[in-house]
Amino acid sequence: MQTKRTVFGNRLLPYAFLLPQLAVTVVFFLWPAAQAVIQSFQREDAFGLSTTWVGLANYVDLLHEPTYLNSLKVTAIFAPAVTLLSVGLGLVFAVSLDRLVRGSRVYAALLVWPYAVAPAVAGIMWWFLFNPTIGLLPYLLAAVGYRWDHSLQPTDAMILVVIAASWKQVSYNFLFFMAGLQAIPKSMIEAAAIDGAGPVKRFFTIVFPLLSPTTFFLAVINLVYAMFDTFPVIHATTGGNPAQSTNILVYKVFVDGFIGLNLGSSAAQSVVLMVIVVTLTVIQFKWVERKVNY
Amino acid sequence: MLTRSLIAGLALTFLSGSSFAATEITWWHAMGGELGKKLDEIVAKYNASQDEYKVTAVYKGSYPETMTAAIAAFRAKQQPDIVQVFEVGTGTMMAAKGAIYPVYQLMKDTGAAFDPKAFLSAVVGYYTDADGNMLSMPFNSSTPILYYNKDVFKKAGLDPEQPPKTWEDVESYSQKIMSSGAAKCGFTTGWISWVQLENFSAWHNKPIGTLQNGIGGMDAELTVNGDLQVRHWTNLKKWQDEGLFQYGGPAGGNDAPPKFYSQECAIYMNSSASRAGVIANSKDFEVGFGMLPYYSDVQGAPQNSIIGGATLWVLKGHDEAEYKGVADFFSFLSSPEVQADWHQYSGYLPITEAAYKLGQEQGFYAKNPGSDVAIKQITLNPPTDNSKGLRFGNYVQIRDVIDEEFQNLLAGQKSPKDALDSVVTRGNKLIADFRAANG
Repeated sequence: MQTKRTVFGNRLLPYAFLLPQLAVTVVFFLWPAAQAVIQSFQREDAFGLSTTWVGLANYVDLLHEPTYLNSLKVTAIFAPAVTLLSVGLGLVFAVSLDRLVRGSRVYAALLVWPYAVAPAVAGIMWWFLFNPTIGLLPYLLAAVGYRWDHSLQPTDAMILVVIAASWKQVSYNFLFFMAGLQAIPKSMIEAAAIDGAGPVKRFFTIVFPLLSPTTFFLAVINLVYAMFDTFPVIHATTGGNPAQSTNILVYKVFVDGFIGLNLGSSAAQSVVLMVIVVTLTVIQFKWVERKVNY
Repeated sequence: MLTRSLIAGLALTFLSGSSFAATEITWWHAMGGELGKKLDEIVAKYNASQDEYKVTAVYKGSYPETMTAAIAAFRAKQQPDIVQVFEVGTGTMMAAKGAIYPVYQLMKDTGAAFDPKAFLSAVVGYYTDADGNMLSMPFNSSTPILYYNKDVFKKAGLDPEQPPKTWEDVESYSQKIMSSGAAKCGFTTGWISWVQLENFSAWHNKPIGTLQNGIGGMDAELTVNGDLQVRHWTNLKKWQDEGLFQYGGPAGGNDAPPKFYSQECAIYMNSSASRAGVIANSKDFEVGFGMLPYYSDVQGAPQNSIIGGATLWVLKGHDEAEYKGVADFFSFLSSPEVQADWHQYSGYLPITEAAYKLGQEQGFYAKNPGSDVAIKQITLNPPTDNSKGLRFGNYVQIRDVIDEEFQNLLAGQKSPKDALDSVVTRGNKLIADFRAANG
């Protein structure tokens, strides 16, 4: 493999260039992460006046804590649902647009728009739309005989947060699929068309397999997004309610740590999350690297 | 992630310290909007009244945010002199003996003129230790009251000057309101935990926990699954099924006020501090005020309601000159003129007898009907062990547990007894955790 090589005259110079970035990483990531690991083995009052080492007690407690197990379950439903919905819709939009002859630029611009909306604002907007008292959608749903109430019905609440969290992510996925589609040689599709393959057959035998690296990459990215970046959406819509039915792991870290001031447990939960994100990143790199060169 | 934001918060507090000729006193508070403006006005008045001290008031966001910010600052030794903490944070603050400077101690050490007897016992009782010493300075206290729509009452053929007195009234009035088509729902409420459990119990002179509702010591446990509480939650569920009652969401109940403002529900229970907001938002109809309802067959009801809101805590780690200033500022804050002004503007309770008297002399209550319901309600009877207040560790989370179990009840996933039993089990676990961390 041919790589570019820069030769530095001074041996220290490359390290000096790296220093600012390393400092930022150490101060804002490694140090706090290490603090979280240390805190996860301690039990401490909010003010830090008395600290006791409790070993793995915080982790053991998590395993016996029904609300934490519930939160795992909720995340296991929420994250794949958001991924499936946002990747699926992104693909549908990209493929539809790819077949469009006129106005595709306008549509593309419109489809990318939601990505510019801040998550908290998006959350508030969906909260308004779905509000059981003043919202538009419950009013329309009532007309077809469905009584929407996400303040009490766990299923309604889950649907609400999944839609709100997926909405803006669709734009992101759409962009990647658009790029992926443009990389597929037109000649291949045309050859299949001459052989008599219809649009559906062409999609499933040519387009979709060739898009698989993009799809896989997006699946991982969206999974990570759904697990970690959806905090503002949950915060602005349900706040983890009703009865913890939308209390995903990352939101629980916040509630237990910042509202509940239970630092030990919150730190242990952060460490568990850290392990999950590291695992996902490793999987992604291994797979994407292998898949991308064929 | 958690620690990262903490560090960012600390960096900010580093930047905010600066020096003036006058001794500077910082006060972190959670009063946004109109209340924040009024607070700034009070502080400006104090600063203009003398030149020895300068109070700087800083708005830190919601109650939990303000408390968390102060705690993070304390850990980094950058704490403010004064921090405003909501009532359910009292247990946490009290347990932090090395971090707080009890107000009675501060007043004694600095020799400031201070008479704990001047304060309303129903307010102070919430914030005193087992020996009756005042630990924090009451500032904004409120209590839930009942608001009702006089126009809807008229339309339903009810007397618009008579608020429902008992829960039996609430039920029969609601039925009448609905059957006559005057409104779609009878009543709604904010703060299930505060109004329909804590205050409900105090109002009926029933305990919610052992050891004087936790005020007597950290070994207290919850006992909210008593017969009367189960009866009330059974009724609420039944009334919800019949449509008489509509749920307004957890905590403060984001959805409760719109139900009342839009005239969907005719009766509404919420904080007396919502009074100004309720009046401003109900331009199309006339609002009436009443005390909380009670069950007429319960002995000893109505007793007195308990408060919510916040107090000012003084944090350790500053020098004597600053504490002298804090004491001086507290004397100013609790003076009748300042208190009466704040109370009349905000709807919070007057916290001293003198402020209440001043309001009467000024004719404020005669001019503003309903503005004295709250104070009459908390002073209805001398507080008992069941109606002094409550104090449990981790109570912020216990409030969430109460909301969650109430949601389970309304969604039909648990019976009233099971829901309240879970509140007790889960709540006692949280209290035990708190004891372990603060023992």
